[in-house]
Amino acid sequence: MSAPVGAARRGHSEAAAGFLVDAERAAWHDQSLWFMRQKRDKATALPEWEQLRFAGSALKTHAMSRLADLLEEFERKATANGVVVHWARDAAEHNAIVLGILHAAGVTRVSKSKSMLTEECGLNPFLEARGIEVVDTDLGERIVQLAKEPPSHIVIPAIHWKREEIGELFHRTIGTPAGESSPDALAAAARVHLRDALLNAGAGITGANAIVAETGGVVVCTNEGNADLGMHSAPIHIACVGIEKIVATRDDLGVLLRLLARSGTGQPVTSYTTHVNSPKPGGAMHVVLVDNGRTARLADEVMRTALHCIRCGACLNTCPVYRRSGGYSYGHVVQGPIGAMLAPAVDLDVHSTLPFASTLCGSCADVCPVRIDIPTQLLAWRARAAAAKRLPRGYALLFPLLGWVLASLNRYERLARWGRRIQRLLPPSWISGRWNPWTRPGRALPLLADESFREWAQREGRHT
Amino acid sequence: MRVALAVPCYVDQFRPQAARATLALLERLGCDVRLDFDAPCCGQPMFNAGVVTAARAAAENWVRQSSDFDAIVMPSGSCTQHVRHHLPPFLGSGTAAYAAKVTYELCEFIAGPLGRPTLAGRFPHRVAMHLGCHAQRGLRLGGASELHQPLDGPMHSLLAGLDGLTFATLSRPDECCGFGGSFAVGEADVSVAMGCDKLADLDASGAQVLVSSDPSCLLHLEAIARHRGSSLRTMHVAELLEEATR
Repeated sequence: MSAPVGAARRGHSEAAAGFLVDAERAAWHDQSLWFMRQKRDKATALPEWEQLRFAGSALKTHAMSRLADLLEEFERKATANGVVVHWARDAAEHNAIVLGILHAAGVTRVSKSKSMLTEECGLNPFLEARGIEVVDTDLGERIVQLAKEPPSHIVIPAIHWKREEIGELFHRTIGTPAGESSPDALAAAARVHLRDALLNAGAGITGANAIVAETGGVVVCTNEGNADLGMHSAPIHIACVGIEKIVATRDDLGVLLRLLARSGTGQPVTSYTTHVNSPKPGGAMHVVLVDNGRTARLADEVMRTALHCIRCGACLNTCPVYRRSGGYSYGHVVQGPIGAMLAPAVDLDVHSTLPFASTLCGSCADVCPVRIDIPTQLLAWRARAAAAKRLPRGYALLFPLLGWVLASLNRYERLARWGRRIQRLLPPSWISGRWNPWTRPGRALPLLADESFREWAQREGRHT
Repeated sequence: MRVALAVPCYVDQFRPQAARATLALLERLGCDVRLDFDAPCCGQPMFNAGVVTAARAAAENWVRQSSDFDAIVMPSGSCTQHVRHHLPPFLGSGTAAYAAKVTYELCEFIAGPLGRPTLAGRFPHRVAMHLGCHAQRGLRLGGASELHQPLDGPMHSLLAGLDGLTFATLSRPDECCGFGGSFAVGEADVSVAMGCDKLADLDASGAQVLVSSDPSCLLHLEAIARHRGSSLRTMHVAELLEEATR
């Protein structure tokens, strides 16, 4: 795999071109994700599926419209349950709060279950730089952690790794026999390796799939049970949560959890769905509620439904662009269509090419369990990128000119006549070469017809 | 019914035979087709590239033409989608709202306002159908697999009524072909990778003819087929229906 560093700076198309150099791997990546999409299709073939999607969308709209109230209700209930609730404005505050909890308890070893929020905040490198050992306990997360890479998919973080490569990585890092690539054997070795980290950690950090205002509880879904083992074996449990994860009631959860598992991995429900409402006897439980740009997003009328996202990953699996360009081409913690609309809100300068990494085919909107209209928001981000003078290379020159030509029938017809003339005069090799992005990678140049339809209609006297 | 044939810029220049077939077909079906819809482009290329200021004049010019007609037919799903869904909020004018109301994609128009969901004709070939994404998920002119719907719709019903025509089955029938307007150039490598996969799927299906209601998808797929030396025949649905009902 090519290193993910700098993908955003180079722009999505350059990074994607790098991924596609290895055509065999790109095809395998596409197939692996399409398999997930097909699993999703089977699991969501329910008579009530569309009703569930509408319900999911409605309950998120409701929760976001009452965000402040619900969060305060959560805080009251959670505090009454014996949980310590912290508020973090941004990633730096979040990391400082977690470090403060660990320092106060003298913890130097932490087990961590999968959490996109801690990825977003850069918690691992922050803690490691301060002498705290962090072990990611989700198998996929552990693989990319051992490889010193970020996740390439929000649900299947090591989807870009082949099992033979994982065998080599494990041989190098945790001492499995050389040449071992059977998934069972590798998973068994990882289980032994992770159990040690899980049982001997001073604190267990988890993310949360939802927090419930009504109960003050935290809900965590995993397929490996690692979050449960981590939070129950360590004396301290720290749940790190983005504030948009709030739902009003436990009834709402029933809808969301069905949508989540079926859309994400094609399962009726995840293997472990754990509700944690209070610290274990003799232990401590902390919830860190993180804003990090979310309330600003809520104030943005056009883009606010981005906060509805439940991070199921279905839009990544179905996206024909994500499947063929890999997670690292997005250069952002959340990849694929949803990442392409979340990242520009974080930093439009850095992520300006992502809204253009889409054909606007609309598949992402149709799989989205909470009905986020991703293509429309990508279009809106494109317009904002243009307004901020952050268009992809060539666009700022070409499209205003094209608009000027196409606004006038006269200019348009004259340009077309010139085009035909040039096409007749120049040898084909001059107009199709490496400089021409249409023909560069294996596509012939479409030729202008000898006579346009308008010319034909005029010649036939049909233009009335 | 005063029907305008609005020929999108790229159809006019790259695939005029699709526009001529559309004209012949509509006339055969009894329409009084007018060719004085004198705006070259609805502004979609600029709009989708984010350069909305450059899209405005073209779009205004386009919708201004619409007021003279009862119906406007376009042999392109993606342009129709742009006119119907994007232009009213973008231009915010009554003219744009009118244009959105009376503009139809060709198959949609034949099966809908013309009331001819099937046509008598003959086309004894194995045909693979490609519905452009904007026609399918934008205009809902075909079911989407994500929504567990069968891939039917007006184009399917018009083709299904032809004698001798058999449908080739694709493994991913509603996967995007990778054109995407400016995407085809701005993200050329991914665009071609998607097109190559589509062609591989088409080849495996045993299709003799690829038919689409979107000339833009055909433009891209044909360019890849030509580069690969594939013998697949590409036809716009107007060309196929015109030939089959001749």
